[in-house]
Parts: sequence; C-alpha cells; structure tokens
Amino acid sequence: MAGLHKSDFANPVINWIDTRLPVFTMMQKEYGVFPTPRNFNYFWNFGALAMVNLVIMIATGIFLAMNYQPNTELAFASVQHIMRDVNFGWLLRYVHQNGASMFFIVTYVHIARGLYYGSYKSPRELLWIFGVVILLLMMATAFMGYVLPWGQMSYWGATVITNLFSAFPWIGPKIVTLLWGGFSVDQPTLNRFFSLHYLLPFVLVAVIFLHIAALHITGSNNPLGIDVKTPQDTLPFHPYYTIKDSVGICVYLIVFAILVFFAPNYLGDPNNFIEANPLVTPADIVPEWYFLPFYAILRSVPDKLLGVCLMFGSILVLFVLPWLDTSPVRSARFRPIYRLFFPLLIISVVVLGMCGAHKPEGIWVTLSRLGTFYYFFHFLVLLPVLGKLEKPLPLPESISQAVLGGRGGGPLPSGAAAKPMEKA
Amino acid sequence: MRSPRSLLGGLLAVLCLAGPISARAAEEHIPLPNEHWSFESALGGFDLASAQRGFQVYSQVCANCHSMKFLHYRDLSGIGLNAEQIKAVAATFTVPLGLNDEGQPVEGPALPSSRFRSPFPNDKAATAANNGALPPDLSLIVNAREGGPNYVFGVLTGYGNPPAGVAVAEGTYYNRVFPGHQIKMPQPLQDGTVTYTDGTPNTLNQQARDVVTFLYWAANPEMVERKAMGVKAVLFLVFMTGLTYVVKKKVWADAH
Repeated sequence: MAGLHKSDFANPVINWIDTRLPVFTMMQKEYGVFPTPRNFNYFWNFGALAMVNLVIMIATGIFLAMNYQPNTELAFASVQHIMRDVNFGWLLRYVHQNGASMFFIVTYVHIARGLYYGSYKSPRELLWIFGVVILLLMMATAFMGYVLPWGQMSYWGATVITNLFSAFPWIGPKIVTLLWGGFSVDQPTLNRFFSLHYLLPFVLVAVIFLHIAALHITGSNNPLGIDVKTPQDTLPFHPYYTIKDSVGICVYLIVFAILVFFAPNYLGDPNNFIEANPLVTPADIVPEWYFLPFYAILRSVPDKLLGVCLMFGSILVLFVLPWLDTSPVRSARFRPIYRLFFPLLIISVVVLGMCGAHKPEGIWVTLSRLGTFYYFFHFLVLLPVLGKLEKPLPLPESISQAVLGGRGGGPLPSGAAAKPMEKA
Repeated sequence: MRSPRSLLGGLLAVLCLAGPISARAAEEHIPLPNEHWSFESALGGFDLASAQRGFQVYSQVCANCHSMKFLHYRDLSGIGLNAEQIKAVAATFTVPLGLNDEGQPVEGPALPSSRFRSPFPNDKAATAANNGALPPDLSLIVNAREGGPNYVFGVLTGYGNPPAGVAVAEGTYYNRVFPGHQIKMPQPLQDGTVTYTDGTPNTLNQQARDVVTFLYWAANPEMVERKAMGVKAVLFLVFMTGLTYVVKKKVWADAH
C-alpha cells in the first residue's frame, strides 16, 4: 500500500484527512515549526505584506469584474456605475486602485531589502529569479489594469507603452499589431487586456508558490547574511514570526486605509477622470508613479531602440545579479564600501522617478542620464569589481552569538553556539 | 532598538516614492485661487446649503450647455433633498422616456430614477451649438482638472479684460486661469446671475463657491460615507497595531 501518511493530529477528522493528504502536516512543518532565523528585522515583513496585498487585489478584483464592462463604449461609464450605484462599489474600486500602489510600495521595499542584505546570493539565486519574474508579471498586470477604466491616461498610456515594441526592427510592428488586435488601441485591445488582467494574477499566484517553495528549501536569509548553523540560530515561525508579521500587517493596513479613505486619488492622474478620446492627446502622458523610473530610463537617450533596450535591460539585469555580485559576503553590514554605494542606487532610482514625472527638458535630461548611468554602473561595473577589492568586516560566528551575546539561548540549550563558521 | 527605526525607513521610502506625483505640474505656472473648502480637510463634509444653491446655479446656468450624465435625480439625497423634494425637482425637467407602444420616442417629466437632463442629444450637436467647442460633461470635472475645486473656481471667476498687448481671438474670451488664457465659454456667472431663495447674497464669488461645492459633491458623492468609515477603520487598526505589538513583545520576551 503506497504510503499513507502517519498523522500525529489528535482530532479524528483532521487525522483522517491528513492521513490521506498530509496538508495539515505540511502547514505545521512549513508555517508552524519552520525554523526561521531569530534575527529578522521589520524589513522581513514585506514579503508577507505583498502576499496579503495580492489576496486583497484578487478579492476586490473579482467583485469589480462582476460590474465592469470591457467595452470601449461602456467601460468608463461602468466604472462610474461601480463608484456611484454598486453597494460599496467605491470602496472596492478605491481599494483596488490604491492597492496597486501599495503592492508596488511593499514589493519595492522587499526588493531593496534583498539587495541590501544580499538575499539573491548563493544558494538563493533561483528564489531571486522567481522574484524578478513576479516583478515582471506584476508590472504587466498593473499596466493592463490601468487601461481598463478607459480614461484619457489609460488610453494614451496604453498607446505609448505598446508602441515601444515597434522600436524593435522587423518584428516590432508585428508585435504591436498583435498586442492591439488591430491597428490602434481599440475594442480588441481593451477586451484582451481585461482577459489578461484577470488571468495574470493567477499566474502570479503560481510563481509566488514557486518563490515560497524555493524559499523553504534554502531557508531565509537574515540581516547578518550568515548561514543558520545550529537550532539556537532559529525560532519556530509560529508564534514568533506570525505575530511579528501581524504587527507589520496592521501598520501597512493603516497606511493603506489612510490612502483609500482620505486621499484615494492622491496617486492618480486627473486626466483619467476624462473618458478616452483618440482625437485629443493630453498635454503630458505620464505613467503611474511605479513605472516612472523605468519611463525616465526609456527617455534618457535620444534613440528609441536604445531607450527601449535600456528600459527592459534595467529589469533583465536583475536576472543575472546573483552572478554579477562577486562578493562572498551577503549582508551590506559587513561590506563597508558596498554599504556606501547602496544609498546611491536608491537615490538614483528615486531621482529617475522624479525625472519620469517631468518633461525631458533642461535639468531633467541631465539628471535622468546620470541616474540611468549610475543604475547600470552599479550592477554591471561596481558589483563585479567591488567583490574583488572590498575587504569585508569580520563576520560573527553565528546568529545566536551575535544576537544573544554571552547570555546563551534562553530556554534553548546554548552549548553548540560556538561552532566555527564556513564562508558562505 | 533597531526595528522601529527600520520601519520608519520603510515609510520614508514610501514618501520618497510618492513625491514625484506632487511634482507633476503644468508647463506654465498659473497661480490658482486658494479658497478654503470644508470638504478638503481630512474629516470635513459638505456645506449642504451651499451645495443646494450650487445645484440651483447648475440647473439655471451651466445646464444650458453642460451635461452631467453620470448623475440621477435620486442622487440629490446626497445634498440633503428628501424624497418628495427630489420628485418635485425631477418633474421640472423634461427628459426622453424611451419608446412608446408605437415605437415612437417619448419625452416627459423626469423621475427620481432618471439621469440628469442633457442639453444636447450628442457631442456633435453640442459642439456645433457652441462655436466649435464641446462643453465638457461636469459629472467629474472637479476631479478631472489639476487643482480641482480651486481650478474650477478660478475659471468661473477668472474672466476679465486681457492685459495690454494680449490679443484674444474671435469668439474666445480672456480668462486668467484657463490654460492658454483663451476660452470659448462666455463668462457664465456674474454678480446677480441667479437669485437665491434663501436670501444668500448672489455675488459672483458666492455663486462660484456654491456651484464648485455642488460639483465636488457630484464628482465624489461617496466622500462623507468614505471619511466616516475611514475614521472607524483607522481607529480600529491603530488599536489592533497596539494590541499585536504588545502581544509580540510578550511572545518575544523569552527570545531576546
């Protein structure tokens, strides 16, 4: 008889299910007793926050889709119908609309944390690659979602962004026609974007599952960037990190609620309150804030094809980041020079974001070129070279030794805390 | 203690990311009036009397050219009209009521469930009747312009003689606030354009304020309910944050 699971659960119903399909044992193993480094700071909340955010987006999105019409004649009015006539429709819509911004905020912080603490390094390269795939899927989903209300910025944003593909020689115009389903952004475009906007989040769920599965094979990185060596270095995920994540979720929900209830259109564009009109081009076509840095990279060079390549390259470079960074030390805490350069990367991205919001004139051209230069310099030159030149600070012997000092591990046995560490 | 500081860092990053939005601005910086609006503060509601006067201004002046196609007469309960008043107000407007049994279009007095009467059957007719300029639908106008209520107030009060040396094209009017300063809409409101039934002085500023209040409500009819729910939600979440933080401290007490 091939492998019935021997379940330890006392409850007979749970035991019966668990014997046949050990999901309860799996949850217990992966989220109950799962050994987690004991030294996480609050930056380690953001993965859980992103997960919560995705669930919120799917939940609100399903109900919005029940009332939305993917038709160029009706789309804009159907959104107003949701806002005015559907019970709590305004709440669903504002949560979904601001949820997109919140999703990018928590994801960008999550990525920045990974960059600072070297979470992409061996053995977590594949975990990181899944993460970059998630980012790309999120961007595609958000872009198509923004088209659905069929406002002026929806329409013209869709026109500008899809047209980027036409820069590629020969195949470019064919791709654009395929995306549009015709020869301009029109009914077929809106219909397929709606279909894909509903599909991609579930693809996202699948890739996130792989992301988390890979995480649970390698185990989490931690602020010290050193490997877990003994049980003293870890705490069971529950209750320690379930409660710590709960604190983060509450704070995140406060920020989310303030946006939704008191400034629901703060991050939006007034032009999207005007129905799409193919005959009237808005004075400024600006993407949503979370795309501004990439938009600035696109416009930083006068050549369209090069701009498009740089823009896609700015994401694609992240795929090979684990092999660009040659330093054996993960956490920036022990990399005195990398630690100085890291804020420059953040600043360059923020400056690029500001450049993306302005017309490419005067100082903004110079700044966007500087920002673009530094972004690529950081990944393509600095990280490979720095790993060879930089002298890392001495690493602590173990997580428990660094966190608990001489006090030992509380109720846990403290004998094995002083094993010598191997370099990661 | 490291953790709260890290969290603050995260919030700062959020603010930095949000920064560029406010930096988004028009090419030419036209100073907008900076009126005080009760609905702009975090907890502020609508001055219902003002919104009702604004509806009067809209109906008697703006509605001659501008539609508000996303509003129904029943929505007027949001500015404090009761069911009887709404029925009476709606009945004063003649709107299309579909087809009769012979298949002919019929018109009649509007019902509370009717949409606001549109002055023109379609955009082309509206454009043709207005010197080639389409009067925009006003349902969302306050949200659809940079500067919101101050912009709309600015346009309504921004008419005047062009400064020396500025030529205004045939069929357009000088306006301080309108982009390009040449607007095809003749000055819609002047002192005394509308006579208020409640005795409020009908100055230009007062009428403009009233109609902007009405239009802000029309664009954001859920605002009062939204803010009230927001207060409850945020208070609840602050309480939950405190509670989970205390529990977290207790759970972690033996782990540090």
